[in-house]
Amino acid sequence: MGYYFAPLHYISGDIIVDGVKISDMKPDDVRRKELGNEIAYIPQAAMNALNPTMKISRFINDVMRAHGSKLTDKEIYDMARERFESVGLPQMVLDKYAAELSGGMKQRTVIAISTILSPKVLIADEPSSALDVSSQKLVIRMLRQMMEKQYIRSMIFITHELPLLYNVTDDIAVMYAGQFVEMGTAKQMVFDPIHPYAKGLMGSIIVPEEGIKTHQLTALKGTPPNLKHPPAGCRFADRCPYAVPTCKAMAPDMKKFDGTREYRCLRSVKKLREIYSNGEQQSTGNSEDELEAVE
Amino acid sequence: MENNRVQETVKTSSKPLNEQEKTEEAAADKTEKKSVPCLSGRGVTKIFGTGKTQVTAVDHVDFDFNEGEIVSIVGESGSGKTTLSKMLLGLIKVSDGQIFYKGAPRDISTHKKKEEYWKNIQPIFQDPFASYNMFYKIDAVLDDCLAMRGFKHASEEKKLELKTEACSFVNLKYAELTNKYPFELSGGQMQRLMIARIFLLKPKILMADEPTSMIDACSRATILDMLLKLRNEINMTVIFITHDIGLAYYISDKVYIMEHGKFVESGTADECILHPKQAYTKRLISDVPKIYEKWDLSDTGEEEKAN
Repeated sequence: MGYYFAPLHYISGDIIVDGVKISDMKPDDVRRKELGNEIAYIPQAAMNALNPTMKISRFINDVMRAHGSKLTDKEIYDMARERFESVGLPQMVLDKYAAELSGGMKQRTVIAISTILSPKVLIADEPSSALDVSSQKLVIRMLRQMMEKQYIRSMIFITHELPLLYNVTDDIAVMYAGQFVEMGTAKQMVFDPIHPYAKGLMGSIIVPEEGIKTHQLTALKGTPPNLKHPPAGCRFADRCPYAVPTCKAMAPDMKKFDGTREYRCLRSVKKLREIYSNGEQQSTGNSEDELEAVE
Repeated sequence: MENNRVQETVKTSSKPLNEQEKTEEAAADKTEKKSVPCLSGRGVTKIFGTGKTQVTAVDHVDFDFNEGEIVSIVGESGSGKTTLSKMLLGLIKVSDGQIFYKGAPRDISTHKKKEEYWKNIQPIFQDPFASYNMFYKIDAVLDDCLAMRGFKHASEEKKLELKTEACSFVNLKYAELTNKYPFELSGGQMQRLMIARIFLLKPKILMADEPTSMIDACSRATILDMLLKLRNEINMTVIFITHDIGLAYYISDKVYIMEHGKFVESGTADECILHPKQAYTKRLISDVPKIYEKWDLSDTGEEEKAN
């Protein structure tokens, strides 16, 4: 999205939104032509993104003008009112200042403004993590409504709240130290994770449901690697309970399995499932021959 | 706690009669003492402002937190959880009612008394990035704790031993932390360092105000693991302030549900969360995303309230 500053630099790869390669465009062009229209972003703590000195309607007016809208002020106001009401936000919000709204309301207002130009893709970065459960539910319901009404066509939901992810998304990609380590449908990822990190992550889900109290939470030892000097081999090897010396020397690629699923580990899916079903907690030692996946 | 008591009884049975009688008396004494709540409150109230702008953030709440218990206070934003925790910590004054520490009215009228009280109650806050003085190195943070425990004039070797032990309790290496500032650590590491502080201070009560809400799921499991280990080790009372109902259910012995400054329901975690009686508790629990049950996103009639 062009939102990166030194010391971050674009090195390689393509980002294509609806056939347009935005990674080749200048950040200013991306901002003017693509952001808001094609792709929108709700940052973390978006509730603090509103201008405290402007009423919400004036803020929306500014956003529309910045994207070259030729509509009159009244037309913009009416359009905003219609959009707000259709996603369950009362009209009175438009005439208020940010400080007059609660945290949950501010968050939903920012989401409604981010999507006012009906972008094709919405990137929601932890849109509800600062909210309590009731406000969180309202935010999720609003995002669902936006998808149903085709205000947004697809959504990338970034979060570490796994039960929420399971209930909101179709597919889940688990990321570790800058790489995808596993991808699959939400159901597959929650109930049958394959990569040891994904397994650990899913093992740390806590929900207020019967039986969860007796469930031993997975606590992974160590911390993620420093990405200034990423490890030569598998980036998870230092923390992986099933790693063998080869894992620290050889970087695994993403491999397909079970049709559409993908994972990044030197071990085979069969072996990992075997380990998990035996409840094996520790590394199986230096038995390199168990890396039958290194073919 | 119950297990400890059982073990004590078994141990004493092999002693001579006179000594055994004495031990039994002592045990009875101890049991009696244990039945006094570690921290309790009657009619605790906090009012902010006056006249038309007056807000009652905490409204005549009664509670008893026993020694070694993990108690969660659960509620939505604005329900008064954090205000109550600040009153319990002695950071803000109580408008009405009384807080009792170990059965006696709490006295924090002077700074000295307050400091004495703080040796027994310590907090872990939500935002690890805002919890440290950024001008103090980690060594100084831990040295402060040692000074509070009375090790100010201990030998350097002893201090080093204690700091190393505290850090290794939370899976940190003191040698790698020395000469660093807290902001050089990750959020999870900072929260673990907070627990290392608690390990050094060994307070009777830990006030944990959403200690895991800003860290990822795996680090959360590690932090919870460490808190439980610490509770078992020093029989500390843990007061967990949270809006994460799953977490409250998982970790707590007792749960208090708070709405608009009042406790609307309290009981064991199973009673309150799996079999709630009050409409508010039921609604709160239905708002939590589930894994094994369907999450109902339909209207709850609470939209206006949440606005």
